[in-house]
Amino acid sequence: MHILYAILIGPFVTMAREPAFLIEVLIGGLLAGVMYSLVALGFVLIYKASGVFNYAQGTMVLFAALTFVGMLEAGLPVLLSLIAVIAVMIVLAFAVERVVLRPLVNQSEIILFMSTLGISYFLVGLGQILWGGDVHPLDIGIPSGPLTVHGILINQLDLYAAIVAGTLVVALALFFQKTRVGRALRAVADDHQAAMSVGIPLKQIWVVTWAIAGLVALAAGIMWGASLGVQFSLALVALKALPVLILGGFTSIPGAIVGGLIVGAAEKLGEVFWGPVIGSGVEDWFAYILALIFLLFRPQGLFGERIIERV
Amino acid sequence: MKLRKLAVGLALTGAIGWATGGGPVFAQNEQFIPRLVYRTGPYAPDGIPFANGYADYLDMINARDGGVNGIKITYEECETGYNNDRGVECYERLKNHPPTGASLVDPLSTGITYALIGRATADKIPVVSMGYGRADASYGPVFRYVFTFPVTYWAGADAIIEYIGSQVGGMDKLKGKKIALVYLNAAYGKEPIPTLKALAARYGYIFTGYAVNSPGIDQQATWLQIHQANPDYVLMWGWGVMNSTAIKDAASVGYPMDHFIGIWWSGDNPDVEPAGMAAKGYKAAEFHGVGANYPVIQDILKYVYDKGHGHGTKSSVGGPLYDRGVINAIYDMAALRTAQKKFGDKPLTGEQVRWGLENLDLTDAQIKALGGEGLVTPIHLSCEDHEGNGNVRISQWDGKTWHMITGWIVPDRTFLREMYKESAMQYAKENNITPVNCAEVHASR
Amino acid sequence: MLYREVGQFRTSYAADQAIFPIRQDRIGMLALLLVAYIAVPLVANEYWLSTIFVPFFVFSLAALGLNILTGYAGQLSLGTGGFMAVGAFTAYKLATAFPGLNIVLVFVAAGIVTALVGLLFGIPSLRIKGFYLAVATLAAQFFLIWLFVKVAWFQNYSASGVITAPPRAVFGHFFVTGPEARPAYKYWFTLTFAAVLALAAKNMVRGATGRKWMAIRDMDIAAEIIGIRPLSTKLLAFAVSSFYIGIAGALWAFIYTASVEALAFDIDRSFQILFMIIIGGLGSILGSFLGAAFIILLPIFLNNLPNQLGLHVGVALVTNLQDIIYGALIVFFLIAEPNGLAALWRIGKEKLRLWPFPH
Repeated sequence: MHILYAILIGPFVTMAREPAFLIEVLIGGLLAGVMYSLVALGFVLIYKASGVFNYAQGTMVLFAALTFVGMLEAGLPVLLSLIAVIAVMIVLAFAVERVVLRPLVNQSEIILFMSTLGISYFLVGLGQILWGGDVHPLDIGIPSGPLTVHGILINQLDLYAAIVAGTLVVALALFFQKTRVGRALRAVADDHQAAMSVGIPLKQIWVVTWAIAGLVALAAGIMWGASLGVQFSLALVALKALPVLILGGFTSIPGAIVGGLIVGAAEKLGEVFWGPVIGSGVEDWFAYILALIFLLFRPQGLFGERIIERV
Repeated sequence: MKLRKLAVGLALTGAIGWATGGGPVFAQNEQFIPRLVYRTGPYAPDGIPFANGYADYLDMINARDGGVNGIKITYEECETGYNNDRGVECYERLKNHPPTGASLVDPLSTGITYALIGRATADKIPVVSMGYGRADASYGPVFRYVFTFPVTYWAGADAIIEYIGSQVGGMDKLKGKKIALVYLNAAYGKEPIPTLKALAARYGYIFTGYAVNSPGIDQQATWLQIHQANPDYVLMWGWGVMNSTAIKDAASVGYPMDHFIGIWWSGDNPDVEPAGMAAKGYKAAEFHGVGANYPVIQDILKYVYDKGHGHGTKSSVGGPLYDRGVINAIYDMAALRTAQKKFGDKPLTGEQVRWGLENLDLTDAQIKALGGEGLVTPIHLSCEDHEGNGNVRISQWDGKTWHMITGWIVPDRTFLREMYKESAMQYAKENNITPVNCAEVHASR
Repeated sequence: MLYREVGQFRTSYAADQAIFPIRQDRIGMLALLLVAYIAVPLVANEYWLSTIFVPFFVFSLAALGLNILTGYAGQLSLGTGGFMAVGAFTAYKLATAFPGLNIVLVFVAAGIVTALVGLLFGIPSLRIKGFYLAVATLAAQFFLIWLFVKVAWFQNYSASGVITAPPRAVFGHFFVTGPEARPAYKYWFTLTFAAVLALAAKNMVRGATGRKWMAIRDMDIAAEIIGIRPLSTKLLAFAVSSFYIGIAGALWAFIYTASVEALAFDIDRSFQILFMIIIGGLGSILGSFLGAAFIILLPIFLNNLPNQLGLHVGVALVTNLQDIIYGALIVFFLIAEPNGLAALWRIGKEKLRLWPFPH
């Protein structure tokens, strides 16, 4: 009985007793969620256009950030470095399309998924040969002290990251809705063959998506790199995107954002309020259990279309 | 069909021949040290300086003295990536290296240490887990081939509590104080918890542990909780990216840095540099001095770096992890010298080096002669005690470099030894090990 | 020319249903087993036996288990690492609680416990399908690892949470675990587990059970309509698969590394084993073995290569080059044969049947 009370009711009592702390945790979680979304966006873009679950997205985050810091340390000005990295990511997109995707066209999703493991290994090796295995501090001028608004503590870095992510999402949405390439991208995402039959060049579209995913990776790499330092572990941020993708769906940009917010908030609330009861460190699986319960009631996910099965 | 079998057979025998035979010819007057290192992967920022320090010291000894008492020291690095299975593979690959096999092995990972304890004991190769690994392996009668000098995590935890006691004005003032531990949710991070709990019972402070899941790139929940609980001191057992993230997050909730104390694996430049000036004031417990102003480090610069043979950059010499690599090598070479006194100046086997380690008595005078005064803590090992009474110092980051802010702190070993013994006997029971009788070992000398 | 089945007539149903209907295959398999059991331990040194072959068999077994679930029954799982951990920790608890219990029984029991856990996490598969099912297995992965790190009872209250395999022997005095264990014994022990369980799997997948699994994989609604119960079929796949994976986990902890912490079975391990069955071949017993060899052994070979050639390059460069070459090889093999190494082998066999005449 005591255990049931501690798990089912106790945490809510604590929340009610300390509302300011609850809000603090909630805001912290939501902001952290935006950081997850930033990584998840890259996955969604590529999955939408080419049906590839890109295992190498985390490595692309690392590679982009390493290249950026490497250029800065070589003495290039910030703007020039940015342009150079973007150029590198575009070259990478071309290479991936030419060497990996084109020969594997029409293969099943799981094969394409596996091929991105190859890309991931390749980039890990190349990145470390080029830029070494050390930590490179990255200071983008965000103050690191505590920021208190009405007695509620906010992580400044996360706040700025949220702004960057928000801008990125709006820009991407505009790009998808208003430009010719964006419309072509959406057409490809809906149906490859139909898109090809109306004359949309599939190969170029793939290059464009991978290049955009590279840019998103760069943004994620800079924001996460400012917090962790640019080092190999940046590749591990991909892990954080996994529950977001599963909750928000692989094909929906709003899904990635909303999924990130939900996962971030749920994780932090779980860790802070349930952690002391069942043992700290629960945030790793808390989101998955929530997602699992949710999926039992709605198997098509948060933003998925209703599954209609035909034989 | 036959063709296929023939091809398989050929490939198999070819591959086996390839892995067993070949390789360059080795001189007989050499002592071989296998080097399990990690220069790539998520922990490379910490692994690189350590590996460089160790290798540079050996190069310096070979260049300056022509080896240890005329025996040239050779070594071969093997990349583990901080990965347990690769660590085992590296050990097996290098353990039979000519002329006498591996003299000893420094796993440089708590996980790899655990995996090697049984193997190395069977192979009669000593495992030197300097400031990591199993704390209870300090109890020599059970762990014959494992060495934990100069301090274990348990002793480190005790030393940090002693330091906090001195900060608050006496150990009796600890009563009612809140002390938190932020730890990596893994074997390594959990090591100090029993000690900290036992000490809490003795001194009356309130202990809370906060687990951070590997790799620890996201610790917001932890730091919000700490901000809410507002403990008087926060200790950290972190590794790799977890350290820099923790320091950054501590700064973002405004936790005072000078009340934040990391263990030695949380106290190097890669941990504080990403946080920039926010890390200023952060402290770490070390079992050695840091910096380049020691004669032995200067010798490395002179004999290795000035000749252009250094493994790293000149500016990386003197960092905490670099120095720790050097110190690891100093201890290992001192053990070789001790063993050579008994067995003669020739390449020694693992069993002989084990004797040297167990009888290692590195005094202040010897450390001074080696050029490591203030850098290296003296140790005195014996059959019963494989930890050797090493001491701890606290260092502080000033935004640019580390400074030693205390002298040597002596951990309370009488209390710790009971804990080592109890835990080691449990291991002995599970693994059918009969502890040796140290009185007999001493008598047979 | 030699690999030809001309003149081999199957005159009974039993002969037609044999596991290896072609005589050359039977001889080949027998020869392979003889080589594995007798020739390899005679020729190979300790390094090869204990650090190449033992992990290879262990991973083959884990891949086999996952292949049953994912390759045959079509249920994607990312919880392999977690289930391996269940096997390892159950074996540890059993071996230390009942020191007299035969080690083989310990491992089988560990497999059974893992099967039950697998069953539990397999229940959502009845409602959640496709990639979303990964949630259930990911929840298992993260929850189980957390559990084994957190609950001290699983590690017999050791301070660090690392478990060490106690020494155990088979047939009285042939130690297969603990420091006294000889590499050859370890090798034979894991080889036997791999061989017996592979045989069992081969028989399962070519019988009624396997057909049900494949029917569910290809289209579960259609399978349901022709009278296959999705509940029992899917859950059986989860249970059998987890049984294999659990034994693999126990072998990994006891025979290979001899001491293990829960983190050794993290999500990376799950991905690693998933990649084994993709590159080896989904829905193929042989593919599980080939995939394990590719993922586990190839990096070790690449890493050893410069040293064997007498080149002295820094370990960092070697490891990075190893990653680059390895990555390129993955893409190369996928382009060469997207259906996995087992498909390459099958094509090779077809060619061999006709050799030396092209038609």
